[in-house]
Amino acid sequence: MHNNSDKQKDQVFRMTGVDTRKCMKCGKCSASCPSFNEMQYRPHQFVDMVTKGRIEELMASPSIYHCLSCFACVERCPRGVEPAVVVEAIRNLAERKQGGTYFSPDEVPELIDGTVPQQALVSAFRKYRK
Amino acid sequence: MVMTFSYYPGCTLKTKAKELDKYARASAEALGIELKELEAWQCCGACYPQSKDEIATRLSSVRALNDAAREGGVLVTLCSACHHVITRVNRDMALKPEIADKANRYLEIDYHGTTEVLHYLTMLRDRVGFDVIKSKVVNPLKGRKIGAYYGCMLLRPSKEMGFDDPENPTIMEDFIRAIGATPVVYQMRNECCGGYVAMKDKAQAKKNVSRVLDNAKNCGAEELITACPLCLYNLNENGDKAMPVTYFTELLAEALGVKEA
Repeated sequence: MHNNSDKQKDQVFRMTGVDTRKCMKCGKCSASCPSFNEMQYRPHQFVDMVTKGRIEELMASPSIYHCLSCFACVERCPRGVEPAVVVEAIRNLAERKQGGTYFSPDEVPELIDGTVPQQALVSAFRKYRK
Repeated sequence: MVMTFSYYPGCTLKTKAKELDKYARASAEALGIELKELEAWQCCGACYPQSKDEIATRLSSVRALNDAAREGGVLVTLCSACHHVITRVNRDMALKPEIADKANRYLEIDYHGTTEVLHYLTMLRDRVGFDVIKSKVVNPLKGRKIGAYYGCMLLRPSKEMGFDDPENPTIMEDFIRAIGATPVVYQMRNECCGGYVAMKDKAQAKKNVSRVLDNAKNCGAEELITACPLCLYNLNENGDKAMPVTYFTELLAEALGVKEA
């Protein structure tokens, strides 16, 4: 019988194709991360916590919104673990839950100041709601 | 002989980043290239969907790629985000049947990643040649110390993007040399400016931006070039505005003498 944490692990694996057990804990991902100081859980911790099935904790952490999708961790991981892909899958899981959206159209009028490029809004909608 | 390529401008190049588009078109014409805008392109979404079960968010790119396949098979992009998304979705269509099958069934097409996606810069390097550009420069930007800001999306993941060496890229510096200016190499040129949190977390964006701008300034850059409207916005909006940041196409048009055309 699978418990909920095993189910979530399977789900993350189906979404990412990443085997987090390949990680050798060298820390290059977190060393490269431009959001390191902003994160409660750093990229290497995401990888470790997925291996341990601690996915609910990650889903509840604001760290999922700090990843910039810059792929520095993906590029520099010697084992091909792709931490940014793992972070995004967990963010997707959080956003797909009812009420899980992090960016609402109601916020847009206040942000528009004549300089904001469409790209910024489009990408915020893509990243922060499902 | 005029080379003709399909062209995907993307949402921002029609609005807030008109200069990126305008100078690219003027310069292409001066270099003997016809950029044929796809008739019915849709916004790429500006974010590559990394999860394999995200299909709908890939469809606009697939449509553009499929249209380009029927019109010569080469698609030129210019915005870093469009290039990133379209290049990676193209690879998915070639290499990931679980994605390609669903997208093809939904769109009722049969597309498998055959279109070649070129960024405007790779078009300049590989199809025109920086030596040819140099010979067509009428107004060399002599004495200008320009830092290339690569950002993230053009380079990474390098295995998929195949744009340049992800850690020690040279294409933008070679471009700067071709238009007669002096490239300034600085460490943060390929680290992220934090553009994606520019809307939701200005404090973080400001930190990321100052890391890039301070480093560029300390290394001697007097201005920066970029291909990305989000980088340009973020570097200007969340920086101290002391460092001019422009689109690389504007400087190309200036050097080729077509900026006012």
